[in-house]
Amino acid sequence: MLDLYTPGTSPLHRMRPGPKLFTLMGGATLLFLYESLALTIAALALTFLLYRLAGIPPRKMLAQIRPLLWIFALFFALQYWLSGPMLAAYVVLRLATLVLLASLVTLTTRSSDMIDAMTRALSLLKPLGVNPGKISLAISLALRFIPVLAQITAEVREAQKARGLERSVIAVAMPVAIRTLKMADDISDSIDARGYRS
Amino acid sequence: MDTRSLVYIALFAALTAALGLMPPLSFAGLALPPITAQSLGVMLAGTVAGARRGGLALLLFIALVAVGLPLLAGGRGGIGVFFGASGGFLLAWPLSAAAIGFLTRRFRTTNALSTGLQIALGGIVLMYAIGIPWMAFVGKLGLMKSLTIMVAYVPGDLVKVVVATIIARGLRRAFPTL
Repeated sequence: MLDLYTPGTSPLHRMRPGPKLFTLMGGATLLFLYESLALTIAALALTFLLYRLAGIPPRKMLAQIRPLLWIFALFFALQYWLSGPMLAAYVVLRLATLVLLASLVTLTTRSSDMIDAMTRALSLLKPLGVNPGKISLAISLALRFIPVLAQITAEVREAQKARGLERSVIAVAMPVAIRTLKMADDISDSIDARGYRS
Repeated sequence: MDTRSLVYIALFAALTAALGLMPPLSFAGLALPPITAQSLGVMLAGTVAGARRGGLALLLFIALVAVGLPLLAGGRGGIGVFFGASGGFLLAWPLSAAAIGFLTRRFRTTNALSTGLQIALGGIVLMYAIGIPWMAFVGKLGLMKSLTIMVAYVPGDLVKVVVATIIARGLRRAFPTL
């Protein structure tokens, strides 16, 4: 399955997804609760160490925050102008630490393991009417639908290109929407026809 | 929950993900995050699937993002995005879709302008009302400054409201039972 997982055998990779998530939540709460630059720098240093421990190369670590660099620059500039360099550095460092820590959880956990952990946690809600089997079916269907939607869109675009309409958003979107809804109805009929109960 | 609802939930989660495949539109010399088509998925989930199914569809979508699938525009995903500056907007998606579904069903209308207004209330007003305070909080920016940043996104969101309204009206004509 397409995910952001980086294979490895470090203690972080072997830690179970549940405890890993709780540790992340705890760390994030601490960073928000104690607003100090020293603590944030310490946390960032600890995060670097954890990346080393997980065996993730620095290049890959940087790639986690690269899409955010522009917003970091914007925040830094605004804070610098509003309240000086200390707070500006603090805000950007805290944001970077949080994003890096959370990405570390994602990088060291398979999506399938995370989905399993979620399904297990949700089965605790069974008395409230939550059905883990149906959630699993919805997850698999959604993942299967993504390439199907891309394919339907490509087909409709080609058909509209023959009419010189490939640049019109509505001329492409409308047939795609109608075809996908019809497909969804057909699929739910065939699931029912196969006697799906869970 | 019946099978049809289950399939619709999966479909609109997938639709939001598929809209992320469209190349994001950058502006202002990359000084701001790009505009993406994904919030169109939120609007369509609400208008077409209804409050409950639309809300659950977007909940499923953000759960898939949280477990680490790169489904956000530009291939982003994982828990990190929720701690970033735009995390509040993501968390607002299920609520936005549910609100749009509620408004368009409760106050059903054939008037395009009213439909657009209902979509804008849930898809812009409610989404910003949750996303902007979050942005102000993680960036220690203050509400007014964050609000000023977000003004740049309003035109793009208005275009999405128009597209969602046209598609929703067309679908109602194609599927009168919707």
